[in-house]
This record gives sequence, C-alpha cells and structure tokens, in this order.
Amino acid sequence: MTKLQWKLALTLGLLALSVWLIYPTIDWYTKTNDERGKMEATRMRPKKILNLGLDLRGGTHMLLELDVEKLDKKEKLSDAMSRAIEIIRNRIDQYGVGETPISRQGERWISVDLPGISNTAEAENLIGKTALLEFRLVNTSNEAQSALSKVETLDGPPFQKDGKLLPEIAKIMPRGTMLFKASPGPDGEKVRYYVLEDTVPVTGAYLEGARVETDQQFGMPNIAFTFNKEGGKLFEKFTGDNINKNLAIVLDAVVHSAPVIKSRIGGGSGIIEGSFTLEEARNLAIILRAGALPAPVNIIEKRVVGPGLGEDSIKKGVSAAAIGFLVVVIFMIFYYRAGGFVSDIALMLNFVFLIAAMSYFGATLTLPGIAGMILSLAMAIDANVLILERMREEHALSKPVAMIIPTAYNKAWSAILDSNMTTWIAAIFLFQFGTGPVKGFAVTLTIGLLMGMFTSVFVTRVIYEFWLTSNPKELSI
Amino acid sequence: MIVFIKKTHIDFMAKRFIFFAVSGIMIAAGAVSMTVKGANLGLDFTGGTLLQLCFEKPVSTGEVRAAMTKAGLETAIQSFTDRNTYQIKVKGRQEKVNEISDKIMAALSANLPGNAFTEEKRDYVGPVVGRDLAKKALFALILSMFGIIVYVAFRFSNPVWGAAGVLALMHDVFITVGALSITNREIDLVIVAALLTIAGYSINDTIVIFDRMRENMRIFPKMPLGELANLSVNETLSRTLITNCTVLTVVAILFIFGGDVINNFAFAMLVGSICGTYSTIAIATPLVYQWEHRAK
Repeated sequence: MTKLQWKLALTLGLLALSVWLIYPTIDWYTKTNDERGKMEATRMRPKKILNLGLDLRGGTHMLLELDVEKLDKKEKLSDAMSRAIEIIRNRIDQYGVGETPISRQGERWISVDLPGISNTAEAENLIGKTALLEFRLVNTSNEAQSALSKVETLDGPPFQKDGKLLPEIAKIMPRGTMLFKASPGPDGEKVRYYVLEDTVPVTGAYLEGARVETDQQFGMPNIAFTFNKEGGKLFEKFTGDNINKNLAIVLDAVVHSAPVIKSRIGGGSGIIEGSFTLEEARNLAIILRAGALPAPVNIIEKRVVGPGLGEDSIKKGVSAAAIGFLVVVIFMIFYYRAGGFVSDIALMLNFVFLIAAMSYFGATLTLPGIAGMILSLAMAIDANVLILERMREEHALSKPVAMIIPTAYNKAWSAILDSNMTTWIAAIFLFQFGTGPVKGFAVTLTIGLLMGMFTSVFVTRVIYEFWLTSNPKELSI
Repeated sequence: MIVFIKKTHIDFMAKRFIFFAVSGIMIAAGAVSMTVKGANLGLDFTGGTLLQLCFEKPVSTGEVRAAMTKAGLETAIQSFTDRNTYQIKVKGRQEKVNEISDKIMAALSANLPGNAFTEEKRDYVGPVVGRDLAKKALFALILSMFGIIVYVAFRFSNPVWGAAGVLALMHDVFITVGALSITNREIDLVIVAALLTIAGYSINDTIVIFDRMRENMRIFPKMPLGELANLSVNETLSRTLITNCTVLTVVAILFIFGGDVINNFAFAMLVGSICGTYSTIAIATPLVYQWEHRAK
C-alpha cells in the first residue's frame, strides 16, 4: 500500500471504530423508558455509553457535609468519610434506584447524584438519617420527674438553637442523665420528653438485620430487629440486670418507645414500635440494615431538575444547534465549493469522533459540556477556514495544484497548532482544578480539540490528496 | 470563486487610540452598571433557594408576588412567557435545605387555591457551597490564563504577546459581564461556562494573527512593526471575519431559537463572540504595537 492508502485506511478504520463505539449509546437511548429502568435496576446498564447530566435528563444532585464535630474523636476523618460513603451507597442500593454516582468531594463533602428522581423527600430521609440506634435506661428518680414537670411549663422546646439544654433545665437535671424528645404521637398531642441515662449499653452497631413487621392487634407497621451473637449476649445480660425498669429505644436522638423490661430477653431480637407509616417503616428498616453513619450529615446543596424541564431544554437546544450546524455546512459549500464540502465532511467526522470518545470514556454530557463542544467545533471550523484561505492565497499566486496543498497545510499548521494548544492548555487547567460545570466544559473541550485538529488537518488532507490522484489539475475552492 | 473580502490595506495601528477609547467606554459602561446595580450573582454564588413551578391555570406575576409578600418572603420572580411557569428565588444565607421552598409552596397553595402546580426545578445552595464554587471557578480561571501567557511567551519568544492576548481575552470577558449586568441577566455557573468559551475563542482568534505576524517577521525582517502588524491583520482579515461570522450565526440561532434555559448562555456567547472578533483586530495586535513602539 502507498502512504496515501495507509492514511485512507486509518481514517476509515477510525470511522468504523467510532460507529462501533457509538452503537451502545444509540441502542441505549432508543430503548423505551421502561426497558431502561429494568436494565438499570438489574445492573445491566452498559458502562461505555454517553451519559446525560442531571441538567439534561432530570434528577437530583445533593451535596452532603459530614458533621465532623459529632464524629467520634478516635476515628480518622478519611476513614469516617469512606464509611459514610459506603453506608449511603448501601442504603441507596437497597432502595433500588440503580446506578448512582456517589463520591467524596473536598475534605468532608459527599456528592450524591440520583438520576431520574425528582421527588426527593424520601431519598433525603434515606440519605440524611444518621440511623444511630441506642438502647438506654429511663431514669425515673424524683429529680427526673421534677425536671420533666419544669419542661412541661415551658412554652417552647427546652433546647437552645445549638441543641444544648436551656440553662434553667440543665441545672435541675439528675447527674449522668440526658433529656430526649419522644417521637410525635397523634396530632395535637404535646411533645413528650424522657430523662435517660448517659450510658449506652447496647447500640445498633450490633444489629444483624431489620425488617418490617405488622402489629397483630392494630395492624401497625413495626420494625423487627435481630442482633448478632455478641449483641445478643450483651442485650440478654443488660435486660436481665434491669428487670422492671423502662428501656428506651432511641433512634437518632428520638425516643420511639420505652417499654418495661418484664424479663430477661434472650434470642437477640426485638421490636421497635412507633407510629410509623408503612413507607417510613420500610425506609427505616433499610437504613438500620445498612448501618449508622459515623456522624450526622447535613444537606448543603440540592438541585432538582424535573424530567419535563430536562427534556424540554434538550429538544429546543438540540433543534437550534442542528439549525446552526446546517447553516454552517451550507455556507461552507456555498463559499468554498469543493473545499467547503471537504471541510463539512471533516466537521461531521469530528462530531462522530467526539461522541465516540465520550461514549468510550463513559463521560457525562451537561449543558456546559455542550458549550465546550460548540467551542471545539467552532475552532475546527476555524482551522478549516485557515487552510482554505491559505489555499486561496497560494492559488492567487498561480501555483500548480499539486504545490498548493502541501504549502497551504504547512503554512496554516503553526497557527492551528498554537491556537489549539493555547486553548487546550487552558482546558487542561480547568479540568484539573474546576468542579461541576466547569469540569464538564473542560472535558468536552479537551477531547473536542484533539479530534478537531485531527479531522481538520489530517483527514481533509487525505481527502484532497485522494482527489488529486485522479484529478491532478482541478481544485475548486 | 466567491470572495467577500478582497485584499485590504486598512491602517489599523494608526486608529489604535480610537479602538482603545471605544473599548474603554464599553468596559466603563459595564463597570458603572456593576457598581450601581452590583453584579447580579446567581444562586450558585450567593446561596439560596430557587423554585420553578408550572401552574395548571393561568396566574399573573402580581398574584404570585402578592402571595410571596404575604408570607414575608423577599423573592425575585421571573415568568416564562409561553408557559404558565414561574421561577421564584430567595437569595442569601439559608442553613436549612427545604425551609424556604416549603414556605414558598405553602404560601402559594394558601393564596392560590384550586390551582395546582408541579415542581419543575428546585435548587438549594448552602452558604458554604456558594463561596466554594465561586472560589474554585476563579482559581481555575486564573491558573488557565497564566498557562496561556506562559505558552504564548514560549512559542512567540515574547511575553508581551502572551500578555496582550490575555488582555484581549479579559477585555472580552469584562465587556460580556458588563453587558449581562446592564441587561439584568444573572451570572451563574452556566454563564461561567460561557465566559470560559469566550475566553478560549478569543485567545484562539488572537493567536492566528500573532502567527501571521511571526511568519511575516521572518519574511520581512526589516519591516517596521507598525507596517508588519497592519499587513498581518489585513492578510488574515478575510479568515477572521468568515470564521467569526460563521460562529456568530450559530450563536445567534441558539439565542433566538434555543429556548429559555440556554437564553442567558446564548446571550453571553453572542456578546462575547462579537467582542472577540473586535478585540482580535482592534485590541490584541495594537496593544503589542503600542508596547513595542513605546519601548523604542
């Protein structure tokens, strides 16, 4: 094969490869929503496809902050973070959302994306609950009673804004106890409080399982839990030592029930009663199974895009972009004739290569990403115009056609290289240090610039050279 | 062969002070608007809550505003013309994630009974996040500009060229930001992406002319810089205008037909690409000339 044939083969080979890489993406997006949903639920979602960002397909993005102050002093931050991420991932997995990107961001932030979910109250509960389950004894001393009656007389809650007890209450609390709120009962009832011991003999860390059970008498959903071996032993000893006392079951600092211990509880299982709805009970069981977070998390950013809005922005944006692209294509042919046609081929290839590369990397396309794409396409057009203008300049000097091509490419090369490299350097920095949308922009730009240089310099030249082998005298630019 | 622009011999360098003055006025106009009105920073940077709601039945902006005032919320309300949709924003420090949006929705249900609405979009940005996003975007931007100066200085063996290119780029970004302020458009993260695009495009455009100057310097080593700069700008004028008009057309189409979501983005791109064309011819190269001229 001659050098030209090699180049031709390379170009066509890359085109074939691109089509092969794009196929899974096309296949995925031509499926119906139901089919996609099923595949996502069963983890059959192909990895190497172009993903749509939440701004385009709808969904929820949340940024959580781990409350480091409430973290156990002995635990290292990085360990706590990876544990928190693991637990959140577990909870979401059990909830059945499908693929959800969860990642650590900065020192103590966790980013959670929930594609396709725009009703987030439930998900928020699922993710945001610490799920710290504790068993504490209720203090029934006279001092505790008087503290509780003092709380009764208050108008508002006995806690300050920062969560600490009001000083007048703190003064009269029995030594070694804490005040806890009870879970709200039926509507209209005043909030109740409990005085509980400081020590926590058994926690949810020993839990093995949790599931929803319906109350035999009233049909209310309860949560049945089982301890592991160690926890079962601890619980048995603890209940045996405290017969006839009240045991409070505390979840995330709220007392759900405080039954009297009638006898030693063996077998390592129990029930949390409370006025749960079935939904709440189900979610609680999930988070108890997944384990408690090392510290509470706060939602510090939340962005929800409804599915309708995403679709709408795609439709309008895509049709406008298509019109724009078409206008450019027509203009190039009109102005540069055959040369314009060659450029158009290069532009199309550029687009195909870009989508193929993004599919291969499983990249996510966002609105700012489309901006990066537009810039890279604009620069590819510029490279083509640069070459064509050089050709015209050489043509004006009445050089033979065979000379025009190499000279024009040689002269245009330094401008194309430097302009692309400059932008590329900027894009690399943005990719490295930018976050969110800035990064999305940088990804498409970085890939797009490389593809653009390849198609507008290499591919177009191959086409011209191929053309010249059969028509060495003619060049319509 | 169709040719829009024949060989030109315009003395751009002689007109440089006019160009500088025009740019100065445009930047000043933006700066005045920014100081008087302040930059209209979006939720991404100020923190706050945004709700976009689509109502079942027609509602007037006045009714929505009245409901918000009753609830004691200081909101910015934007309506979408073709649909029954309103965007309600409350900017500022908000510690709790759903507090404000719950209040807004409660107020609307109470004051507009029998008119249900669906939530199209909801943003909550906590106070820490806003600052962080702004800081990171700015940091990335400054670093990439520095990268540009170093690369251009290296390739053109003259740091002045790199600096001139970056100045032209900043010129475009400043004017665009000014135009956004004058038209009361908000600067959010998507606009930051537009500004990045403008910056990238501006430097690309400038480099092409610099490249021609570098080439001409080799061909005509004795030619005075003013003449050389003019020659280079004129020689590349056809390419500059064709490329830029093509891009401008695309952006204009996006602006007109692209829909609400990308309208601000397209506006920024439109202003930015016009500025980019202008600054390439009228700012970057004349700046280099001015500097070298003064040095002598």
